Amino acid sequence: MSLTILNVLAAVVAAIAFAALNAAYLVWAERRGAGRIQRRPGPNVNGPFGLLQPPCDGIKLMTKQLMIPGGADKALFMVAPVLTMIPAIASFVTIPFSNTIVAHSMNVGVLMVIGFASLGGMAILFAGWGSRNKYSVMASVRSVSQAISYEVPLFITALTVVLITGTLNLHEMASIQAGGFWNWNITPSLSSPLMPVSFLIFFICILAETNRAPFDLGEAESELVAGFHTEYGSMGFGLFFMAEYAHIVIGTSLITILFLGGWGCPFGLYPGVWWFLIKIYFLIFSFILIRWTFPRTTIYGLLNLSWKVLIPITLFNLLLTAGLLKVF
Amino acid sequence: MGAYFNDIFSGLWSLCIGLSITFREFFKPVVTVPYPYKTIKMCKRYRGHIELIENEEGKPKCISCGMCQRACPSGCISLASKSVAYEVEVKGEMKTKKKKVLTKYNLDFTTCSLCGLCVTSCNFDAITFSQEYNLVSTRKEDFHFDLLNRLQERNS
Repeated sequence: MSLTILNVLAAVVAAIAFAALNAAYLVWAERRGAGRIQRRPGPNVNGPFGLLQPPCDGIKLMTKQLMIPGGADKALFMVAPVLTMIPAIASFVTIPFSNTIVAHSMNVGVLMVIGFASLGGMAILFAGWGSRNKYSVMASVRSVSQAISYEVPLFITALTVVLITGTLNLHEMASIQAGGFWNWNITPSLSSPLMPVSFLIFFICILAETNRAPFDLGEAESELVAGFHTEYGSMGFGLFFMAEYAHIVIGTSLITILFLGGWGCPFGLYPGVWWFLIKIYFLIFSFILIRWTFPRTTIYGLLNLSWKVLIPITLFNLLLTAGLLKVF
Repeated sequence: MGAYFNDIFSGLWSLCIGLSITFREFFKPVVTVPYPYKTIKMCKRYRGHIELIENEEGKPKCISCGMCQRACPSGCISLASKSVAYEVEVKGEMKTKKKKVLTKYNLDFTTCSLCGLCVTSCNFDAITFSQEYNLVSTRKEDFHFDLLNRLQERNS
C-alpha cells in the first residue's frame, strides 16, 4: 500500500473515531446539562458521573433488531442513515484542528464543508420519504424547507468572511486571524463594522442547519412523533443520532474557524489544538443551553425569521463590506 | 422601519434574559432525591395503611370493640379476640374480671380506600396511619397485613 492511501485511511479512521466519540459523549453532556438546568442530576448511575452511560446506550442500540416497516421503500430506507453519516465524516477532512492537524488542506474548504452540510438535507428527505409514514414525510418536508431557507443567509455570511480574508481555504483563514482576539473576524474593523452581527446570524443559521432546538421542526416530538426517524430503530436511529452530533461539531468548528480565530489563543499565547477544542466545546455548551431554554418555534416563525430578518441583514452586510473593502 | 428593528432588538433581549436564567439555574444545587439510594422522611400527616398503637407494656391498646370493623366501608378489617380472666383489687378484696384480648387483626390493603373512617371511629386511640410508602409487589397476598404481627416485630 502506498503512503497516500495509508494517510487517507488514517484520516478516515480518525474522523470516524472523533465523530463517534463526540456523538456518544455529547449525548451524555446534553443529558447532564439538561439535568443541571432543570435542577436534577441527569444520568449518574452507570460509572462515575454517569460516564459509562454512552457505551451502555451504544450496546443497547447495536443489539436491537433493525426493522423495515411494510410498504417502505427498502433501498431509500436503508440508504438514508448511511447518507446522513457520510457528509458528516467527509466534512472532517478539511477542518484544521491546529496548524499541523489537518487531513487535507483544500483550496475550496469552505465550499466543500457547506456543500456536504446541505447533503444532510437530502438524507432527511430520503428517510422521511422511504419510511412510508405521514409523520416522517411531514417532518422531512419541513426539514428541507428549513434547510433551504437557512442555507441562504449561511452562505452569504460565509461569503462576507471570504471577502474579508480573501481565501476559501479554512487553514489559511484561521492563520490570518492568528495573534489575538483583536485579529479575529468577530471583532469589528474599519472595513467590516458589522462582523458581530454576522457572527450572530451565522450562529443562528448553524443552529438551524443542525436541526437543533429551537429550530428542531424536523423532529418535533409533540406533533410528529419523532419526526423523520420515527420508523427507525436499532443502529439506523443510532446513525441519525451520531450524524446529528457530528454535524454540531462540524458547525461549531466552522464558526470557530470563520469567526473565532481557529486554534489561536485570544491573547496570542500557546496557540494549538487545545484552544480549538475549548472554543468548540464552549459553543456546544451554548447550543445545549439554548436547547433547554427556548421553546420550539413554529414553521412560519422560522421561515419569517430567515427571509424577513436574516437574509436582508446579511445582504446589506455583504454589500457594505464589499464597498468598504474597496474604499479602505 | 423603526418597529422592525425594535422587534428584532426587544426579541433578542428577551432571548438573552431567558439564557441568563437557565445559566444561573445550571450552577444551583440539585433539588431531587435519588430515590432508591436516598429517601426523604415522610411528613406526619401522610396517610399510609393503618397500624396498631401499643401501650406502655408493648401490648396493643386495642380493646377489640370492633368499631373499626363496622366503620370500614370496604370491609377490609377483620379482627378476633378471646376473653381472659384477670384479678383486680377492688376495695380491699380480690375480684375476678374478664377482658377481651386481641388475637388477630388483619387488614386487606387491596380493597382499602384509605378513607380513615376506622381511625376516626376508634375511641381508644388504638390505630393510626403508618408512614409506610414503599409498597409494591406482584402478589396480592403481600398486601394482606397482619397488624398484630407487625406490632410484635416492631417491639422485638
